[in-house]
Amino acid sequence: MQTLRRTPLHDRHVALGARMVPFAGWEMPVQYEGVIPEHKAVRNDAGVFDVSHMGELEIEGPTARDLLQATLSNDVDKLEPGDAQYTLVTNDGGGIVDDVILYRLDGHRYLVVANASNAGAVFDWLKERELRGSDVRDVSDDYALLAVQGPRALERLGLDRAKPFTWAMGDLDGVEVMVNRTGYTGEEGVELACMADEAGQLWDAILARGVVPCGLGARDTLRLEVCYPLHGNDIGPDWDAISSGLAWACALDTDFTGAERLRAVKAEGPAQKLVPFAMTEKAIPRQGMAVAGGGEVTSGTMSPMLEVGIGMAYVPAAAAKPGTELVIDVRGKDRRGVVEKKPLYKKEQ
Amino acid sequence: MAASESYPDELLYHSEHDWARIDGDEATLGVTWFAQDSLGELVHYEPPDAGSTVSKDASYGEVESVKAVSDLISPLSGEVLEVNQKVVDAPETVNEDPYGDGWLIRIRMSSPGERDQLLSAAEYRKVLEDA
Repeated sequence: MQTLRRTPLHDRHVALGARMVPFAGWEMPVQYEGVIPEHKAVRNDAGVFDVSHMGELEIEGPTARDLLQATLSNDVDKLEPGDAQYTLVTNDGGGIVDDVILYRLDGHRYLVVANASNAGAVFDWLKERELRGSDVRDVSDDYALLAVQGPRALERLGLDRAKPFTWAMGDLDGVEVMVNRTGYTGEEGVELACMADEAGQLWDAILARGVVPCGLGARDTLRLEVCYPLHGNDIGPDWDAISSGLAWACALDTDFTGAERLRAVKAEGPAQKLVPFAMTEKAIPRQGMAVAGGGEVTSGTMSPMLEVGIGMAYVPAAAAKPGTELVIDVRGKDRRGVVEKKPLYKKEQ
Repeated sequence: MAASESYPDELLYHSEHDWARIDGDEATLGVTWFAQDSLGELVHYEPPDAGSTVSKDASYGEVESVKAVSDLISPLSGEVLEVNQKVVDAPETVNEDPYGDGWLIRIRMSSPGERDQLLSAAEYRKVLEDA
């Protein structure tokens, strides 16, 4: 059996009574008090997630921009120092090796934050394509990453509002942090990167400010309510980015790996599309369940806010319009749902 | 509010974390405190139909939390007389009161002798300790 890796906060999670589970080679907290109360804390107040298992790669050098423009789907030239961008590492078929956030640190230095399960693959991918004058380094072990999310997250941290997808250096109760205006919950909030040996101090400071510790269970239900895809479930190397609904993250006028194929898929129209849906009958969709007429559920759960089963599925393009009924095989029983618009959950204003 | 851990002495137990309360030729079935704690807050109960038959050691339905699905294993065989509609409507009732309001089905036993194969509270606790 493979030894699981632990984040710098492992002992704190255990002391808080977290249920620890294996995830992408790491031992991570899936829940503390419970998925539902943690989910609601993020929707109504503020929650903190240890996401130190995610990978961080630094790409530096005069040709760093060229390397990233050739390997990532979005337009690197849109980034000034201080900006961040959601982008995809794509393969020749336009499939998704990983979805990542790219930060421009300064003129010739960038940071890629990759999913834990893909961090090694993304590092290898970029390393193999390194140019003269660009250096790719895995700096994952140097940093801890804490996501603080929710309508009261900024207030509790004493931070001012800032534009989404930007970053700045800051200080939280004596810990130097990179304050990233990003997240995976659909709520306002930040992702704070600090040196790994200061993670405990930062975590304690955030909890002392009344932020609720939240596990990966709530992280999954939160992201699904707002239809953020999860790599390995909803998106992956075998599904092209257009079919996966991520055309908005593909600058098809730039030249990156798989761009040609993606331009063709866009011109022809994809055969299947990833759609969000909600159940109209009492049932919870789960990953791998078949959709009648061809298709498959890629993620599913009970929505803590909507209190109905929700999910995402690939369905034939003709059946992808919001309002289209779909029938899911829930362990041998036909259960009805309907294709919805993104996001499934929207805050009442 | 979740209940605190308990395994009442007057119930009989199945090692798959189900309990039975026997009353004459009828039995009420549910899941143990351990089962609901392992699953977390329940959000769905898929019950059998009233009038259907359930068999000892076989699945008669499912309960689901946000993250997981669990088969309900019947400790006894019989005919389903009643499904607890309260749990269908509010599955978290099982977390709040697993041995009371959180019961799942009531059956008429077809093989009452099966009860001799079930565990006492002390024996079931031993199963949990050895797991």
